[in-house]
Amino acid sequence: MDDALVRAGRALRLALLIALALLFLIPFYLLLRNGLSSEQDITSPEWTFFPGELKWGNVRELFDDPSVPFARSLLNSALIAIATTLGTLLLSSLAGYGLARIPYRHANKVFYGVLGTLLVPAAVTFVPSFVLVSSLGWISTLRGLIVPTLFSAFACFVFRQYFLGFPRELEDAAQVDGLGYWRTYWLVVVPNARPVFAAVGTIVFLGAWNSFLWPLVIGQDQSAWTVQVALSSFTTSQVIRLHELFVAAVVSILPLLLVFLCFQRWIVAGVERSGID
Amino acid sequence: MRRRRALWFWVFVGPFAAGLTLFTYVPLLWSVGLSFFDAHNTVTPTHFVGLDNYTAMLRDGAFVGSLKTFLLFTAFIVPVTYLLSLSLALMVNRVRWARAFFRSVFFLPAACSYVVAALVWKMSIFNGVRFGLANTVLGWFGGDPVAWLSTTDPPWYWLVIVSVRLWLQAGFYMILFLAGLQRIDPVLYEAAAVDGARPGWTVLRHITLPQLRATSVAVVLLLVINAFQAFDEFYNLLSDARGYPPYARPPLVYLYYTALGQGQNLGLGSAGAVILALIVAVVTVGQARWLKLGRTDPDG
Repeated sequence: MDDALVRAGRALRLALLIALALLFLIPFYLLLRNGLSSEQDITSPEWTFFPGELKWGNVRELFDDPSVPFARSLLNSALIAIATTLGTLLLSSLAGYGLARIPYRHANKVFYGVLGTLLVPAAVTFVPSFVLVSSLGWISTLRGLIVPTLFSAFACFVFRQYFLGFPRELEDAAQVDGLGYWRTYWLVVVPNARPVFAAVGTIVFLGAWNSFLWPLVIGQDQSAWTVQVALSSFTTSQVIRLHELFVAAVVSILPLLLVFLCFQRWIVAGVERSGID
Repeated sequence: MRRRRALWFWVFVGPFAAGLTLFTYVPLLWSVGLSFFDAHNTVTPTHFVGLDNYTAMLRDGAFVGSLKTFLLFTAFIVPVTYLLSLSLALMVNRVRWARAFFRSVFFLPAACSYVVAALVWKMSIFNGVRFGLANTVLGWFGGDPVAWLSTTDPPWYWLVIVSVRLWLQAGFYMILFLAGLQRIDPVLYEAAAVDGARPGWTVLRHITLPQLRATSVAVVLLLVINAFQAFDEFYNLLSDARGYPPYARPPLVYLYYTALGQGQNLGLGSAGAVILALIVAVVTVGQARWLKLGRTDPDG
């Protein structure tokens, strides 16, 4: 009797999980369905779960549409996401290592200075940052979109926590061999810290690709639009045709899904060791 | 030796610290400065107005209203996300079949941007016409179509706004809970079984939840901070070619229109940003103190 009850409970849980999983997948399905439908199929008065025929030509149409700088915005997003990821990894891993391993009288003060900025969310400082970037003349430039976002207190914090827990023996051996901090870092520490680089890199890449407020504020000319800004401008102006909009959204998440599926394990590991609990 | 170490410290930390100073501390101070000036359309104002911008902001019904919107939004999103992500974690943790699959499916939306998610919600699920998915489902049960995003009474738009964020974020918090669950010592469950506790509610209440305390604290803190920064989904769901409706405007959306909209009133916008930053800092520190976040182990 008890066994039957346990088994029934397990089956119920599995059924609930499957139902929830389907619910979570529906938005992805809708993106794909609408992206490959004709305009008429999307707005047909009767809801159809499957489009009449798959329109692969929608992708071509999107890139051929001269009123939509979509290819340009994809390129901008790719450049920004890659540069932001590499730059953030370099700057914050160096800083995290210095804070964790190089004894210095004021190291703690510097660390609290870094932590303090976590209290002021970047989104709240967008007005003053806009002011600064515009006075540098960086509005609508890739520089303006990339450079101010390179100094992530979060990434620095994760690297510091990781290096604090890093086994010291390796570095000690390197120091005995006469390597200074600089070469120890590049020859010994970095090659052994690949998981944290992959984890932070993936999180930063996703964040840079998906970020919206900063590119919206800084990328004012069409030539500096990112994919997110381009998509958003289509939804708010409503001049674009629906199927084009949806196929654009599908194209915009494909690179991310790729990164995501390749690095999922690292993201999970990175989130788990991000030191927030 | 000591001096050489100091030199190396700055070689490693210097570039990062300089950038952080230039792109976070300088804008903050600049903003504080601007907030005391009448700065329309200019970043080098000359007309000092003292606290006028602050009093104007605090008397501005729309700004205060945006803070209320945030409170309402938080009251919705924090408990609902907390419960959903915890439930997902508990179920995924115990399922024996295709665990990696379920984990991936629930986490997958984290790769989606708010812009894309808002597009699906606004143009496909809750588009307010008869062929929209939500209205089609309503129709199956004999319901009338609802204009989800433009109905303020009853405020159906909250359902749309909350469900977008829920879909995008529940998986992320589920991962945090899953990590917390992995760290619970199995011995505790064995001891409970020996004591005759039936698996289920009792074990959940007396072992699992207390053991997840640290994770719960972190999750709630993150949820509140993220709610404060809500911008993307509000902007993309509610604004259109005609602008933004007067309802459901969280603080960042309001600041965006004040500082960078038609008036370009940077002084007023800066005052609002300073007020907001102070509120966020006070809430975060207060919450961390209250929940005793500082007492977890420093290497955690």
